[in-house]
Amino acid sequence: MSDKILMKGNEALAEAAIRAGCRFFFGYPITPQTQLPEYMAKKMPKIGGTFLQAESEIAAINMVLGAASAGARAMTSSSSPGISLKAEGISYLAGSDLPAVIVNIQRGGPGLGGIQPSQADYWQATKGLAHGDFRVLSLAPAGIQEAVDLMGTAFDLADKYRMPVMILGDGILGQMMEPVRLPEPVKELPAKPWATTGTKGARKHNIINSLYIQPEELEEMVRARYERYAAIERDEVRVETWLCDDADIIVTAYGSTARICRNAIRAARANGLKVGMIRPITLWPFPAKAYAEAAKHARAFLDVEMSMGQMIDDVRLSVGNSENVHFFGRTGGVVPTPAEILEAINKISQEV
Amino acid sequence: MKEYNILIAGSGGQGVQTIGKLITEIGMEHGFEVSFIPSYGPEMRGGTSNCGVNISTEPIASPLVVTPTDLVALNLPSFDKFEKTVVPGGNIIYDSDLITRKPARTDVNYFAIPFTSEAEKLGVRANMLVSGKLLGVTGLCAPEGAETTIRALTVKRPALFEPNMKALRAGYGM
Repeated sequence: MSDKILMKGNEALAEAAIRAGCRFFFGYPITPQTQLPEYMAKKMPKIGGTFLQAESEIAAINMVLGAASAGARAMTSSSSPGISLKAEGISYLAGSDLPAVIVNIQRGGPGLGGIQPSQADYWQATKGLAHGDFRVLSLAPAGIQEAVDLMGTAFDLADKYRMPVMILGDGILGQMMEPVRLPEPVKELPAKPWATTGTKGARKHNIINSLYIQPEELEEMVRARYERYAAIERDEVRVETWLCDDADIIVTAYGSTARICRNAIRAARANGLKVGMIRPITLWPFPAKAYAEAAKHARAFLDVEMSMGQMIDDVRLSVGNSENVHFFGRTGGVVPTPAEILEAINKISQEV
Repeated sequence: MKEYNILIAGSGGQGVQTIGKLITEIGMEHGFEVSFIPSYGPEMRGGTSNCGVNISTEPIASPLVVTPTDLVALNLPSFDKFEKTVVPGGNIIYDSDLITRKPARTDVNYFAIPFTSEAEKLGVRANMLVSGKLLGVTGLCAPEGAETTIRALTVKRPALFEPNMKALRAGYGM
């Protein structure tokens, strides 16, 4: 395994971003993601990149907007309360059709909440991150290798669709260490003819802007954006299904929680129960088809989250029969145990 | 399938995280799937520190160690908190200099070692003695099997290689 190295999630995310061509990082410390900016602070100056600890999260996201406008691969990271502060800037990124990557290593909320792992920002990441008609493409890695791999994907998708992309992790992902195989650094980045890089008198100037006073003009901009969103819903859905073919009960979870569910599912299978799993990797676009497909034979779904139940809304919509969708969750930074999840599976198996 | 779920707990400053990372690196070196997860936040600051290590022939599902096969307890609060969580037939290694109460269970194997005083006597770091003992109790590998890992970790200060190996061997034999 000599080609793998043991890395902490936060640090692996940072290194993966650098290898994906990110040369501008703007952030502000907050537990449990601080090792990510720390790593950037050490590494960026050595490779000709820029690390800047801004005076606030709001400043950081607007610096990302500036760097993205100039065509750079730019990133910021934070944890839940910090992401709320960045919300306005993310809306402006979306309204200006700018690519950027935002990492949220979630902690318990609302308010300052706590600092232990949580998934209570699902709605924020997938529905109402900030004002206006817009989407953020959200990726939810369940392990550090996947986080590293998705970081490259995140920058590519951000550039391809000219929009903000979020990597939604949690304190477990940020703090844990796993062996990773790092990708080769990207050599060539996509051309960005729209970027404000100076005309050199050779072309008409580019404008990066999210203000459209004429309603018809704004409507046209938003509609064009929604055509791209439709393409994303068609082409960019990522999902893992596991042991679903014969499953009576489908457990569904994303990120770290899916890892814990895997232990419970193994135990349930050992007891003779037919249990499988659907793990969304893209939270938006949501893998609705995987659920609709599973609903043809599965008798019940169990949605497990480190929240009071947020993704369950999308599961119910996808399954089309909310009576079959059950929920188990812990919140506030409490991490569910495999035993608790197994108990929830057993309870459902007795009912259905 | 071979699987170790190891929980290492003690006070901040005892080297609990170092033991965990070392065992994780050694497991990786030997071709196992591994994961390491530290405690962080208020329970760590000035109080107890713990970390969970999974070492397995299969991909690691949950990185959390809720019911350890092997527990290392280096202070009384950790011993009190985690003794009951060990799976039946599992192992508990503890520092008998710092934990003087009697074990409460009969269905696990206890290894009571005076790591603190032994470390002083030998002039080595107690956490390396603990690491050596953990290698022995789990049967992960002999101290020689950790040489590549220790060498890699001391690459910037090669003078530390031999003292660390010495402590590891001593702990293994305790």
